[in-house]
Amino acid sequence: MNRILFVAAGAVLIAAFFIGSWYYKRERAEELGSMAQEQASVFVRPHSPILGSDDARVTLVKFSDPACETCASFSPFVKQALDTFPGQLKLVLRYAPFHEGSDDVVRILEAARKQGKFWETLEMLYERQNVWTRHHRVILSAVWPLLPEVGLDVERVRVDMQEQKIAAIIEQDLADATTLGVRKTPGFFFNGKPLQPFGARPLAALIKAEIRAKYPE
Amino acid sequence: MADSARGLDPNWILLFSAWFIACTSTLGSLFFSYVMDFAPCVLCWYQRICMFPLVVILARGLFPFDRSVIKYALPLAGVGWLLAAYHNLLHAGWIPADMQPCAKGVSCTEEYIELFGLLSIPALALLSFTAQISILIVLKRRITE
Repeated sequence: MNRILFVAAGAVLIAAFFIGSWYYKRERAEELGSMAQEQASVFVRPHSPILGSDDARVTLVKFSDPACETCASFSPFVKQALDTFPGQLKLVLRYAPFHEGSDDVVRILEAARKQGKFWETLEMLYERQNVWTRHHRVILSAVWPLLPEVGLDVERVRVDMQEQKIAAIIEQDLADATTLGVRKTPGFFFNGKPLQPFGARPLAALIKAEIRAKYPE
Repeated sequence: MADSARGLDPNWILLFSAWFIACTSTLGSLFFSYVMDFAPCVLCWYQRICMFPLVVILARGLFPFDRSVIKYALPLAGVGWLLAAYHNLLHAGWIPADMQPCAKGVSCTEEYIELFGLLSIPALALLSFTAQISILIVLKRRITE
């Protein structure tokens, strides 16, 4: 009798856990799906940097932190996908500077954008991330000597990064990240669908599936 | 002495409920971090150190019913209760923020505060430890009487 009660209670709890997670994930996906249709602006803001053709029918939104190691390791995968599907896939970059001091690096990126060197700077910063981060902390003094490598005018960066509108951009992106439930970086969305499960292979598979769906030959 | 073969002894049921609460809390905390993606803060981890073993220890005391399980489970639940109480005071702002040990998580994460209806996660933990301690104390009194 006692044993039966014990086993039954354990089974009920474990079943509740799995049914609960299945239900939660389904609700979440539905919520995001309707959000993608009704308020697409949560995914893409006018200030968001975009890589790839404007006419591309598949949009990959990446919530990214320049100081996040996983974001850096995902960067080549995304780039490769953009090269594989030219004109069909575009990348929208959103900021989620969760790491300490990472918002300063976002400011530098926005300043680099004014010099037309946004993507070069981002790629270089990802490649040399180990130089300017220590234990998930940004060492800003180590960033400056790297900037001339991509041909940036460092003095202009120092001035431009103080602009008020950059703070507004970061704030907006963080607010959208909260709305979309992005608590870890990178946070990927495809036409409103979150990347699940997370990983390089699921990402490649989802890109392929979305391209096939939007460009049936 | 309670004998498990004899069926539902009230003392056994009490211990069973404490175990059930520990199980619910453990699975609940796993749900928060792995399904809902809330990153646990340092204090949450310390509370988990107290909560998770209670599932095993209390279950061990159920088969066969062993009153000495109270002796082992109660201190663990007590430490968990203290941590949860401290966490709730931090949450409520009764302890100044500069003493707060929960900064941003180790990984790429944001703040740990999340509300679940009216109750915050630390409040749920405090509730769970309080319930378990009360049950164990009642059980202890019943047995020693």
